[in-house]
Amino acid sequence: MQKWRATRRLLLNSYSSKSRFDHPRSNPISDHSTTISRSSSGFESWTSRIHYRHFATAMIQRNPLFSTLNSDDINYFKGILGEKNVIEDEDTLLFANTDWMRKYKGSSKLLLQPRTTQEVSEVLKYCNSRRLAVVPQGGNTGVVGGSVPVFDEVIINVGSMKQVISFDKVSGVLVCEAGCILENLVSFLDNQGFIMPLDLGAKGSCQIGGNVSTNAGGLRLVRYGSLHGTVLGIEAVLANGDVLDMLGTLRKDNTGYDLKHLFIGSEGSLGIVTKVSILTPPKLSSVNLAFLACKDYSSCQKLLFEAKRRLGEILSAFEFLDNESLNLALNHLEGVRNPLPPAMHNFYVLIETTGSDETYDKEKLEAFLLRSMEGGLISDGVIAQDINQASSFWRIREGVPEALMKAGAVYKYDLSLPVETMYNLVAEMRTKLGNSAKVIGFGHLGDGNLHLNISTPQYDDAILAQIEPFVYEWTSKHRGSISAEHGLGLMKANMIFYSKSRETVQLMASIKKLMDPNGILNPYKVLPHSIVSYS
Amino acid sequence: MKIMVAVKRVIDYAVKIRVKPDKTGVETQNVKMSMNPFCEIALEEALRIKEAGMASEVVAVSMGPAQCVDTLRTGLAMGADRAIHVDATGPLYPLSVAKLFKALVELEKPGLLILGKQAIDDDCNQTGQMVAGLLGWPQGTFASKVVLDKEKQLATVDREVDGGLETLCMDLPAVITTDLRLNQPRYATLPNIMKAKSKVIKKYTPQELNVEIKSDLEVLQVTEPPKRKAGVIVSSVDELIDKLKNEAHVI
Ligand SMILES: Cc1cc2nc3c(=O)[nH]c(=O)nc-3n(C[C@H](O)[C@H](O)[C@H](O)COP(=O)(O)OP(=O)(O)OC[C@H]3O[C@@H](n4cnc5c(N)ncnc54)[C@H](O)[C@@H]3O)c2cc1C
Repeated sequence: MQKWRATRRLLLNSYSSKSRFDHPRSNPISDHSTTISRSSSGFESWTSRIHYRHFATAMIQRNPLFSTLNSDDINYFKGILGEKNVIEDEDTLLFANTDWMRKYKGSSKLLLQPRTTQEVSEVLKYCNSRRLAVVPQGGNTGVVGGSVPVFDEVIINVGSMKQVISFDKVSGVLVCEAGCILENLVSFLDNQGFIMPLDLGAKGSCQIGGNVSTNAGGLRLVRYGSLHGTVLGIEAVLANGDVLDMLGTLRKDNTGYDLKHLFIGSEGSLGIVTKVSILTPPKLSSVNLAFLACKDYSSCQKLLFEAKRRLGEILSAFEFLDNESLNLALNHLEGVRNPLPPAMHNFYVLIETTGSDETYDKEKLEAFLLRSMEGGLISDGVIAQDINQASSFWRIREGVPEALMKAGAVYKYDLSLPVETMYNLVAEMRTKLGNSAKVIGFGHLGDGNLHLNISTPQYDDAILAQIEPFVYEWTSKHRGSISAEHGLGLMKANMIFYSKSRETVQLMASIKKLMDPNGILNPYKVLPHSIVSYS
Repeated sequence: MKIMVAVKRVIDYAVKIRVKPDKTGVETQNVKMSMNPFCEIALEEALRIKEAGMASEVVAVSMGPAQCVDTLRTGLAMGADRAIHVDATGPLYPLSVAKLFKALVELEKPGLLILGKQAIDDDCNQTGQMVAGLLGWPQGTFASKVVLDKEKQLATVDREVDGGLETLCMDLPAVITTDLRLNQPRYATLPNIMKAKSKVIKKYTPQELNVEIKSDLEVLQVTEPPKRKAGVIVSSVDELIDKLKNEAHVI
């Protein structure tokens, strides 16, 4: 636990974050304010006061059918898990109740840390029989309010389940417990000469169980595909305590419905993932990274088109950010410098290649870039000459979410859109909001995934009203998805219809009902409140 | 004035070093190699001196196997005007490198020789001092600031020493070795990478430079440092004091 906190603190860039929440009991997620102060022993000391007002969902009522926790419950849990793993400590709970963006806050009084699948099963079985609602929590880095309680749900964190169970060097199949932190798996595999097929900015804190539950995309999806392809098996515990052993390690297995896919991306609403088996690619020795400038969005697009053809087999990431994003990173992250000074360009692209032949790959990349520069697609660029330089380029792209957090309040949208029209939304949003907010666009261009972020000094309902439902309508009109990779969580549970038909959502609700009849697993999230009825 | 800069190819700073199972050295197969960070700083300093109009040419020099050319290309892409590769297989120890530099200095006649204070692979921190000794040139090692006076042909070098800064003033030609805080090296831009492709890399062998590569050192064994033991969490201050007294015997 301490370690888990420590790593998360690290991610928050060593704030000593003392947050004070004052909010009316009856409506825990709306309308509260917090003071975040950074330790004054640092270089700068700042205090920002962000008033947060709840977004996206109208008033939610606590489901009256859920029980409230009593001392018998706590004693029962202590009997299963031992004193130490039943946590009622206020500081720890404050942390577990608050999401990464400090935007959503629940008021859970209990955090449980099971150490085995059996313990998860016993805990869930009890909660189900008592109708105690639970929220599965991993590294708590989710950005849609899915990982924290809405009211008093019991938080279950499998962070203590962090063993690697097996690794097969021939097939590259890794089997591990769900609480393994992504970065630890990366280090483990590095020693074996393999890599994880996914990589994301939150790797120091997020757990593989959380990644699977959100179907996290990240920086390498363009090369290795989504977790629906790389996850080969899952062990999960259902609401009634039943353990589903689907922990296969086979690449091909067409025996009936492939139910593991239900747990990939269902955000803890169908079960708790306890083990994962995942196909990992070998680590190739030659990795190159270029940080490039483009004069307009259309050049970025053409560059992507060309890169897919000319770098094909070695292309491993294609990311973009606009100049507002770079500015934020330069202004808010320590030690970050502009790789292409002194001019500011309109757009920046990171192209990473991964291959097996250093000389060949480098020549290929250089030839491609020089050609693109002559053709006017690139206006300037640098190629990392060592790993340190590569890390500092990645730090810029990966650090944008963190920079946004430091800049104040942020409204985040994670959209899948056709690449051609993607950036028009950013431009339209800028026109709409004028000087009242900073609108930035960055993301996984290679996957057609835009992270539209709107940054303001503090949360403001008037701004929100200008953004929503506009963003969702726009996305729907262009047949995009309102959640490319972050999930729906609490933030977008009611917005699902912008991307899915009524019939589809109805079937989802039936599946939910079948697997979790009492609705105790991560209530109020993922599915629209109107459709999930409780009885 | 011409500036000569030493550029060493080493295992990348960020790579985790693995000792070969037979303990004869460290694994370099399929391992990312890059320019020694202190050499990058040395090259950056040379380029800044040239850009300030105090030098006319920067020559990067690397010694070792054929792949050193890749490292030299990086140096040329950063802005060096041309490069020299001394093609030598087998281990090169600081004294041999210093002798090779002496020979090159006699050929090229630079007014300033800049090296990193050490290479991050063997951490010798000897080459700069040795070559200054062999040439009979003054040396400013561990430089954190370098100021040249073109008229008087002087170099003023700040060096970080225990408890403060020491400022040395020396006549040119001189040898300077660079510390970490001297500057922040530039990146290799695409236009410069393109230009570097047509720059010349001249090759010499140690024989051509009349240097015999030998060493009085013999490596017996390379081993990993002992693994750090896991710590223990004590449950009370009393227990801590007890352990410090009776187990660690430090109080
Ligand atoms: C800096 C930063 C960068 C990010 N970059 C990316 C990115 O590039 N791509 C991307 O897709 N996402 C990104 N994210 C968000 C991403 O969703 C999470 O980082 C990650 O996948 C969630 O893992 P976690 O362990 O933190 O889960 P949490 O945040 O704790 O939980 C997320 C959801 O999964 C559920 N859950 C967690 N563990 C389990 C479990 N064992 N069983 C069942 N349900 C569970 C929770 O209930 C919740 O609904 C980023 C976040 C941050 C802070």
